[in-house]
Amino acid sequence: MSSQPEGVHLSSRSSAFSGLSAFSGPSGLNGPSGSRSSRRRVLAGAAALATAFALTACGAKTDAAGGSSDQAAKADTSGDTVKVGLLNSLSGTMAISEVTVRDSLRLAIEEINASGGVLGKQLKPVSEDGASDWPTFAEKASKLIKEDRVAATFGCWTSASRKAVKPVFEKNKSLLFYPVQYEGLEESPYIFYTGATTNQQIVPALDYLKSKGEKSIYLVGSDYVFPRTANKIIKAYAKANGMKVLGEDYAPLGSTEFSTIANKVKASKADAVFNTLNGDSNVAFFKEYKSAGLTAEGMPVVSVSIAEEEVKSIGSQYLAGQLTAWNYYQTTPGAANTAFVKAYKAKYGKDKPTSDPMEAAYTSVYLWKAMVEKAKSFDPEKVKAASDGITFDAPEGEVTVDGASQHISKTARIGKIGTDGLIEQVWDSGEAIEPDPFLKGYDWASGLS
Amino acid sequence: MTVILGQTFTGISIGAVLLLIALGLSLTFGQMNVINMAHGEFIMAGAYTTYVLQKSISGAGVSLLVALPVAFLVAGALGALLEWVLIRRLYLRPLDTLLVTWGVSLMLQQLARDIFGAPNVQTRAPDWLTGNITVIGGDDPLTFANSRLFILALAVAAVVALSLALRLTSLGRRIRGVVQNRDLAEVSGISTSRVDRTTFFLGSGLAGVAGVALTLVGPIGPTMGTNIIIDAFLVIVVGGIGQLKGTVIVAFALGVMQSVLEYSTTVSVAKVLVLVAIVAFLQWRPQGLYTLRTRSLV
Repeated sequence: MSSQPEGVHLSSRSSAFSGLSAFSGPSGLNGPSGSRSSRRRVLAGAAALATAFALTACGAKTDAAGGSSDQAAKADTSGDTVKVGLLNSLSGTMAISEVTVRDSLRLAIEEINASGGVLGKQLKPVSEDGASDWPTFAEKASKLIKEDRVAATFGCWTSASRKAVKPVFEKNKSLLFYPVQYEGLEESPYIFYTGATTNQQIVPALDYLKSKGEKSIYLVGSDYVFPRTANKIIKAYAKANGMKVLGEDYAPLGSTEFSTIANKVKASKADAVFNTLNGDSNVAFFKEYKSAGLTAEGMPVVSVSIAEEEVKSIGSQYLAGQLTAWNYYQTTPGAANTAFVKAYKAKYGKDKPTSDPMEAAYTSVYLWKAMVEKAKSFDPEKVKAASDGITFDAPEGEVTVDGASQHISKTARIGKIGTDGLIEQVWDSGEAIEPDPFLKGYDWASGLS
Repeated sequence: MTVILGQTFTGISIGAVLLLIALGLSLTFGQMNVINMAHGEFIMAGAYTTYVLQKSISGAGVSLLVALPVAFLVAGALGALLEWVLIRRLYLRPLDTLLVTWGVSLMLQQLARDIFGAPNVQTRAPDWLTGNITVIGGDDPLTFANSRLFILALAVAAVVALSLALRLTSLGRRIRGVVQNRDLAEVSGISTSRVDRTTFFLGSGLAGVAGVALTLVGPIGPTMGTNIIIDAFLVIVVGGIGQLKGTVIVAFALGVMQSVLEYSTTVSVAKVLVLVAIVAFLQWRPQGLYTLRTRSLV
């Protein structure tokens, strides 16, 4: 243990005592003036106490996340079973989205086990709750790698959680498969990205808006790394393509007060809104959007984090007609998707929709299986070496792993949300787009990375 | 012009939400001096009551209206139970009360997680609350959202009902009597322990009503109370403890301030500026806003 967490504990203890001492004076319910001043002291004590608890909690988390041994933890692949880690938020603001990813990962693992496992070994999933809290993600990643000694980990949704666990996986030389679209501009030797990078989702969505003649946009997002980076890219694109960005607003993750933002969007009279809100802030945003009298016909919202599952819980009466940008919808044609949707509904219920991140998560397990089988080893270094060119007939269509960037090729699809809660495709890129996480193929993006 | 009016309305509606969540606390914290950290969880109980009722009653409008009294009773009963089991033994030990109610709040959060699951849930607003009223038509229309008007009406009704109850009913007189001088109230034949429990029931019940209103704004989750409780305490402390009118004025002042600042800056900057203003105000007037004469907060 390093000395820093110790210090945090000490200082927290002393502030807790100073909080206690505030109560040594007489306190009671009677006496108008006396009780008021004691109330002040009680409040001061409460504040001190709250700070102390917060500090203690932070100290504990820092310790668990950062204090690691020097040696990389080796995955335990000696027995008949191999453990794999599932790291998703099962509570908090992100649970609305991430629970479905966990369910999808479990489905893939179950199918693989039923068909004989990987290299003859059955997979045993170990699920951990990241609780929508980034330090917790790092702590749980460390636990999966070191205590459970998993062969690979699947999960994370927000870029903030991915950035929090990235050093943990790199330090321990263990693999993470990340199944969600993200803001690009990142490469890690120990992360495989099976969701879209910007040139497979955001850039095609902007191309689509441009082709529809939308000349001005308003940007709304959650206040963390993905929306801020995505909006940086969007602004660079807009500048190069003659689009106007009329405003840019960020709400804290989990925020539910959107009336002012809706008013600002309305007053801007933009042609369209580009929405990078995450989690159930979307619920409050779209309720307010409708309350402000804004409609999908007058000012369409393009969302990059709302899939079928979110549509279901936000309520299609708020979302009908709005646009989404993804690489997969439940309605995507193809035998692989029919089988996936059927298997998912059979396991989790007829009313459960499938969505893009779920599909990317499902695909990621199969890609890992193919890499392991090609490498004939669970060793992360050998798995990585075998990754280039691996293909899988995924529900979204055939995907190919690019070994250099550790991203996969994907078809971009724009969809329109229907009143039944499903998303109908209105446009697609025709073929799978090669990943370009640093947007090297785009001149306007030269100043970004 | 419509922007200014629209933002003022938004500010008033944020203020109405603040007022609803702080109103119950103005009784239990303001009048009774109990720092109840579980107040936010009583709000959560009210919100989940709405959710449960919506599952069993088909019409969204009916279930919302039924939820108001039911949530009042559910949260009130939880509050009365908490008072009877724990708080009445701790009246002269404020720090212990703080810790105990914090523990209770964690237990209630976990209970909600076990019963309703960790992911947040949503309710469907009835159709008559999803639309809006056009106040000024034309190219640049000014519209007020029905759900916000409903919350505003609810907040006003709750304040009027509470202040009338405190002023006119014998229960209200007894509550004020106990607050002003507990010993004298007791020798005058008032059962102070019963008054305490009733006050706590009322305060917690109002939290339940606030929970119903919050379902119209955002999602319902086990941790929704933790975010709310800080705002509620802020309103009470700035408004002046034990002062209903201070609570009302400050709730609306903070709401308008937040919305105006948010319009000209960003959400986070507006939050910071509001907190800075509160800190500065409390330096100048540590006892909080007490009388109508010092309305000069904004």
